[in-house]
Amino acid sequence: MDAIILQTLNGLDKGSAYALIALGLTLIFGTLGVVNFAHGALFMIGAFCAVTLQKILTLSHTVIDETRTDFLGNPMKVDVPYIYEWFGESTGNAIIDWSVPLAIILAIPVMIVLGVVMERGLIKHFYKRPHADQILVTFGLAIVLQEIVKYFYGANPIPAPAPDALDGVFDFGAMLGFDANTITYPLWRLVYFLFSAVIICAVFAFLQFTTFGMVVRAGMADRETVGLLGINIDKRFTIMFGIAAAVAGLAGVMYAPINSPNYHMGMDFLVISFVVVVVGGMGSLPGAVLAGFVLGILEAFASMTVVTDFFPGINNIVIYLVAVLILLTRPRGLLGRKGVMED
Amino acid sequence: MLGLNAKDFRLLLLVTILVVFAPVFLNPFPVDSAMAQFNAGYPDLMQRFVIFGIFAIGFNILFGLTGYLSFGHAAFLGTGSYAAVWMLKLLTINVLPAILVSTIVAGLFALLIGFVSLRRSGIYFSILTLAFAQMAFALAASVLTSLTGGETGLQTALSDPRILDGAAAVAGNIPAPSLFGYEMRATTTMRFGDWAFTLNLGYYLAGAFMLAAFYLSIRITRSPFGMMLRAIKSNQQRLNYTGLNTKPYMLACFVISGMYAGLAGGLMAAMDPLAGAERMFWTASGEVVVMTILGGVGTLIGPVLGAGLIKYMENIVSKINEATLHSWFAFLPDGMEDAVVALIYPFIGKGWNLTLGIVFMLVVIFLPGGLVQGGQKIAGLFRRKKSAEASTKAQTPAE
Amino acid sequence: MGILEIKNVGKRFGGLQALSDVNLSVAEGSVHAIIGPNGAGKSTLLNCLVGKLIPDTGSVTFEGQSVLGRKPYEINQMGISRVFQTPEIFGDLSVMENMMIPCFAKRDGAFELNAYGSMMKDKEIIERAEHMLDDMNMADKRDMHAASMSRGDKRRLEIGMCLAQEPRLLLLDEPTAGMARADTNNTIDLLKHISATRPITIAIIEHDMHVVFSLAERITVLAQGTPLVEDTPDNIKGHPKVREAYLGESSGH
Repeated sequence: MDAIILQTLNGLDKGSAYALIALGLTLIFGTLGVVNFAHGALFMIGAFCAVTLQKILTLSHTVIDETRTDFLGNPMKVDVPYIYEWFGESTGNAIIDWSVPLAIILAIPVMIVLGVVMERGLIKHFYKRPHADQILVTFGLAIVLQEIVKYFYGANPIPAPAPDALDGVFDFGAMLGFDANTITYPLWRLVYFLFSAVIICAVFAFLQFTTFGMVVRAGMADRETVGLLGINIDKRFTIMFGIAAAVAGLAGVMYAPINSPNYHMGMDFLVISFVVVVVGGMGSLPGAVLAGFVLGILEAFASMTVVTDFFPGINNIVIYLVAVLILLTRPRGLLGRKGVMED
Repeated sequence: MLGLNAKDFRLLLLVTILVVFAPVFLNPFPVDSAMAQFNAGYPDLMQRFVIFGIFAIGFNILFGLTGYLSFGHAAFLGTGSYAAVWMLKLLTINVLPAILVSTIVAGLFALLIGFVSLRRSGIYFSILTLAFAQMAFALAASVLTSLTGGETGLQTALSDPRILDGAAAVAGNIPAPSLFGYEMRATTTMRFGDWAFTLNLGYYLAGAFMLAAFYLSIRITRSPFGMMLRAIKSNQQRLNYTGLNTKPYMLACFVISGMYAGLAGGLMAAMDPLAGAERMFWTASGEVVVMTILGGVGTLIGPVLGAGLIKYMENIVSKINEATLHSWFAFLPDGMEDAVVALIYPFIGKGWNLTLGIVFMLVVIFLPGGLVQGGQKIAGLFRRKKSAEASTKAQTPAE
Repeated sequence: MGILEIKNVGKRFGGLQALSDVNLSVAEGSVHAIIGPNGAGKSTLLNCLVGKLIPDTGSVTFEGQSVLGRKPYEINQMGISRVFQTPEIFGDLSVMENMMIPCFAKRDGAFELNAYGSMMKDKEIIERAEHMLDDMNMADKRDMHAASMSRGDKRRLEIGMCLAQEPRLLLLDEPTAGMARADTNNTIDLLKHISATRPITIAIIEHDMHVVFSLAERITVLAQGTPLVEDTPDNIKGHPKVREAYLGESSGH
């Protein structure tokens, strides 16, 4: 029992990331009809927003500390982050410590601007071109974005730790009445899951309850008719692209403490996110979220030792196996609508 | 000639000449000159040129003719490699059976994957092939490790049974892959003054296969089958209502394309009897996509050019470092030199991938026919100029 | 017994009864038009004939064989060719290649793996395709890019491609929709010529009364998913029920 709870929890954080990326992919696909191979790169750039903010906050200058001496007896040179001088050492430290959550503030405008520029500058010109061309140009864009990040940050992962206060473990077992320390769960992963849940709810609420969302949903169902009603659907779709980019970026920011960001992390997630979208049903937002969590949790269960002893390596292929099975039995995916990408 | 029209035959002849004299063309700089680092005529790289050429030709048969974009073609390359290494281990160190079997095994694998993936088209098809290839990669890397050697890869060993010629092997040495006793790595160097040209048996074997593959791709393109594939790309609905069943056409095309990839994988193993799972990773699939698009999708020679260009950049351009750049621009005033180097450096050397990505995007956006189309456009421009001059001379009105 | 027999066909989409109890017989060698106001079920009926939809009830037989549940290519191989509302041709291919494809389909069937033979050396196919292009007065456009032709020429090519297969039944779905008057008249003349010179049955689903009355030998009026009347054009013209079905729409243009 406790193992099941533990694996479900373990699946939640990866599932959250899959769900968030798949949600953005589906938003873009559903509204604009474009499969965005650069979406993973947006996730990656989000993660590097966290790294960048951390770097900015720890920018230092060298001062001579007269009170201390080095081993030669000279006054010692120490690096002092500028932020100490502005806020004092303890507040400064706290700000640096909380750099990952703070990076959300940086990431939202950066990602929205990036998304809007991408859509207006590039993707807009590809609506009428074959799907293959859309895939190719966004794939090219993904390479370019990756290489730019690689140029500035190098090829190695850069750690971006969670705030100390959220870095511990959370004892789930004790809460549920099991023995202490049988089901522990890293606190940050719990935060990540809650954060994702909030974002997912926010996106759905936005689409459900605002007029903007209503028009976008109508546009997803029938783009031409909405266009004929005299509504400037293009502009709204541009904004939608910005929002999808922001969702991917936020997923990336908060994921940085779980896996140190590297320049190719986006593509690693993207491939699985595509599978998630297909399993959930192309163009179905609830499907994307559902499939994201289901596949994340399945993956966690498949990596239990009981399972891997029986079938080594199953954890690496379980997602694809499920995808193939679902596509063979339900070609439209779990919650796919009729008529979306039928041919 | 050979069942080709004059234009296609000239193209085949051109490619044949390029393949045969590649060791000369690719080593234009004297051995000791400063430019020697741009010589690409060493066996390892030349082998890669032709092998990836085969891979790209096969990919182009699928994508160029039918418009179905497979993002998992590396799975067949990897399968071919594994099959070939197993043949080298179990049957004989002679590469011919290995290459043959790798092609067949990859074809069967393509039949399986194609059967499922081709139930869908468009974006679904791309994603499905991508997912299958990633599954194949994960299977090879961590599930079927007894079959693939897992992370370390599969290679020939001293203890291999080799039913046909195991006893003949010299004790203590793992035999090198060979063709009826002539080793693939057999190399002679011809020197002409300061120039040196390396002739390698493995390269010529792979080159011969590439020429055969190229010839076959011309035949396929010009055949009724090829026309049906182009018709699928153009208007599947009309084809269905013209009484033609698109499914077997697509499946046959997918299998042929997979066999090309398998042949390339088999040749890789024949040159160097080592197969690793990374050959199936999606980046490898992405690479062949980039090669084909860059060279010119749907053209006959484009994929070969694209493969050559990318392998050249990967192996030669990527080696340019900052010091080399500084030496090139040493003639500029100091400050300017640094500025120029700082401006260029992100795009070459280790940053060549950035250039590749940008060029790739530009080609997709502006030159759907790739470099071949670009070349034709430029040639057309000159021709028009010439004909315009001619017509003004003759005092006739322009067309 | 007609070449095409539609018996008791019904089709329901959710709460909408698109077709109910359709009985129709198309006589061999005739030109039969199916008309009706918008939403009368014309397109649904057509889709039932070509394998795109399977009706809930009833049967559709062509030369005594059922077409229901067959794929479009199978129905085509039975001898039914279809012309679409917007011309469906192979835009990326040359006009000659467009014409060769149905010739291959006629000779080699639904699938033939001929990946090594040279297309341009297949004398039989080339002769046949050139002959068809001559017939359609399109020999001069042989090497043109099909997509670059005018709509009228595309329509002409499409009809030619259908005829190249020597079908016994030619289905036309609003063949003159969106065409200029001159192109419409050309198409009517072409169809008249085809009907007069070939032993072919033509079924037209049409909106444009001018086309219908110039071509059809028999007309079925469809209204609200069911046949209202079937008669000769002269009798249909003055029929009160037809007037009623079309309400404001004048039947003569």
